[in-house]
Amino acid sequence: MKARFSLAPLLLLLALVFAGTAQAVKPDEVLADPALEARARALSEGLRCMVCQNQSIDESDADLARDLRILVRQRLVAGDTDQQVMDYIVSRYGEFVLLKPRFSLRNALLWGTPVLLLLAGGIFIVMSTRSRRPAPDGTLSADEQAALDKILRD
Amino acid sequence: MVETGHFALVLAFALSLVQMLLPLVGARSGNRRLMAVGGPVAVTGFALTALSFAALAGAYAGSDFSVANVWENSHSLQPMIYKITGTWGNHEGSMLLWVLILTFFGALVAVFGSNLPETLKANVLAVQGTIGAAFFLFILTTSNPFIRLNPAPIEGRDLNPVLQDLGLAIHPPLLYLGYVGFSICFSFSVAALIEGRIDASWARWVRPWTLVAWMFLTGGIAMGSYWAYYELGWGGFWFWDPVENASFMPWLAGTALLHSAIVMEKRSALKIWTLLLAILTFSLSLLGTFLVRSGVLTSVHAFATDPARGVFILCILTLFIGGSLALFALRASRLTAGGLFHPISREGALVLNNLFLTTATATVLVGTLYPLVLEATTGGKISVGAPFFDLTFGPLMLPLLAIVPFGPLLAWKRGDILAASQRLMAAFALAIAAMLVAGLFIDGGSVFAALGVGLAVWLVAGALTDLAVKSGVGSVTPAVMLRRFAGLPRSVFGTALAHLGLGLTLLGIVGTLSFGTEKILTMRAGETVDLSGHTLRFEGLFPRKGPNFTEDRGRFLLISNGNADGEITSAKRFYPARQTVTTESGIRTLGLSQLYLSLGDEGKDGSVVVRLWWKPLVTLIWGGGLVMMGGAAMSLLDRRLRVGAPARRRKPAAAAASASPT
Repeated sequence: MKARFSLAPLLLLLALVFAGTAQAVKPDEVLADPALEARARALSEGLRCMVCQNQSIDESDADLARDLRILVRQRLVAGDTDQQVMDYIVSRYGEFVLLKPRFSLRNALLWGTPVLLLLAGGIFIVMSTRSRRPAPDGTLSADEQAALDKILRD
Repeated sequence: MVETGHFALVLAFALSLVQMLLPLVGARSGNRRLMAVGGPVAVTGFALTALSFAALAGAYAGSDFSVANVWENSHSLQPMIYKITGTWGNHEGSMLLWVLILTFFGALVAVFGSNLPETLKANVLAVQGTIGAAFFLFILTTSNPFIRLNPAPIEGRDLNPVLQDLGLAIHPPLLYLGYVGFSICFSFSVAALIEGRIDASWARWVRPWTLVAWMFLTGGIAMGSYWAYYELGWGGFWFWDPVENASFMPWLAGTALLHSAIVMEKRSALKIWTLLLAILTFSLSLLGTFLVRSGVLTSVHAFATDPARGVFILCILTLFIGGSLALFALRASRLTAGGLFHPISREGALVLNNLFLTTATATVLVGTLYPLVLEATTGGKISVGAPFFDLTFGPLMLPLLAIVPFGPLLAWKRGDILAASQRLMAAFALAIAAMLVAGLFIDGGSVFAALGVGLAVWLVAGALTDLAVKSGVGSVTPAVMLRRFAGLPRSVFGTALAHLGLGLTLLGIVGTLSFGTEKILTMRAGETVDLSGHTLRFEGLFPRKGPNFTEDRGRFLLISNGNADGEITSAKRFYPARQTVTTESGIRTLGLSQLYLSLGDEGKDGSVVVRLWWKPLVTLIWGGGLVMMGGAAMSLLDRRLRVGAPARRRKPAAAAASASPT
């Protein structure tokens, strides 16, 4: 069949993920030093498997992901810092490999939207409550308050 | 039978055109006979769509491979359940399910809408008919499931093995009931804009529909998450995948809508905003349909090379989103703004809720679409994955979750934040205690774990505080308290349950992510492994033959306190029809936690790679979702929301109080 995916929502994900069905990290890849291995795992979670739809190399079974995992570990063993490892991989594979896009001008809108929208919404709400300040309310007697509470509760 | 189904589908399309035009013309010209056409046409349209769907399901059940769609997605050896669920396990069939649910909701409005103002009902049905017409046309022209093959093949190509699971029976129908349920809110909003006014019956109708759609969408997403969790074989439960985001965005917007609709119903404030949210929520459902159905996610280029479907849905998208927003821009100013309120009040809290939820929705939207837009405009390729959402969506949720317990404890119009805080003291103390325990005393504790556990306990305790305060704990005798508790409106229970469910889900997420453990190793038969206090012995691999697959089943014996405590099996399956291998994970639930294991590659010496996880509290992730659904169901049972329910069987005074809009 041609690569036409005609599946129910969410299932597309499952199908694509199943391109290969071995395991992600294999026992022979694991580094002896637990601290180094933990760093490798953390870095792997931020790197995209280039041939999968939306998986990190930590989760993927693809051969390319395995190569990348081994590469990350080689660099770590060679003494690179986390940043150096990431820079090295980006220099070889491009920014597409990063699951967390860089803070750059090109991605300004991506990173800026949440902050801008929250600010704009907040300012809008403050302005609109300022301009429509409720009239000072008369105080209610205890009985009236009780009656009101009862009505509101019902 | 198949031709009958095809014919019924064409008829349903014709009827949807009638439903689109006649009631609308009737409402404009005040012609009651034309307006009255809408109801029967909507019901008949539903019946025809159901007939069409049944015809396709029948072809699947009977393995009629002369139908191209059945041939592509079924196999004669499949178990009956997967033959039937295969009906919607493909593009064409799932679109048919989509319109089936759409017409079902339209028919519900027609049947139960007798108490709606005539023109409003006519306009709602007309808008619903328009949506139906667009999608019927889409199915008939680009995605017809009834196309025959001649000569008919002997055997089918099998349903994608990943989909041969009970999840397919539950997940898509629930998800679509949610997605498409929001079409009713959309139709009501557009109808209100056409009429240029929103009256009391509008809000009283829209809120229960929102609740229904939200309830199903919650269930659909939770079910999908659990399905992915056990099917994928590595125990992840949420991936921030565009396809998931497509269902998550309407959920976030729908949650905001649910809350603003409360303000609108109770206080007739936020009318215009609620209307806009209703439009946006369904627009996001449509966007989700576009993203999933057009193939644009797989790659922008795939979309460009086979554009018929994608362009069609894009047109539908533009028509409905653009049209409704344009109408909104033209007409919204005619609608009167509603009641006033002090910033510190229940309304104020709900406005904050809306601010955070809409920003979160927009964040997910931008994160999902940015790579597509960037590639289409500049050709640059970037990836937006989990780390992005952790950094943006996460911080937006923190303040939102922190204010949740305050909302229900604040009074309408003008609240007392000090009094609410005092009532929440116990919940706050509990949350702090939980935070300290999680951060300092449990293995694997971290700042994230402490904060998460604290927030989760805060949500759960806050929800219980709400119930306690409203039943008068501490100020009245236990007998009075019990009576008050039993007499609380169902919607109060609904709110408390939904918030409690949210807390449970959060607890499950934090528990699994922070305190879970993992082991990857090579095992031979007879070897044992320890993980977080559990011992497993690998018994070996055993071949087995299923109806349409063969598998190697790995059996593991769970040993607790030196005694055998049942078996966990994980298998690697081979489906010959599609030459596909799948991994069946082995899961054992212990309390609220789970042991999860899956098999990897076999070595030459009889060894096999095994990955196992201890996932503490993981079942709460989906259990919390069920509790949220329960909350929505409870709210729906509230008499106030039962549209059209006459006030009988209740004391006159109470009925009057609950019937009059406050």
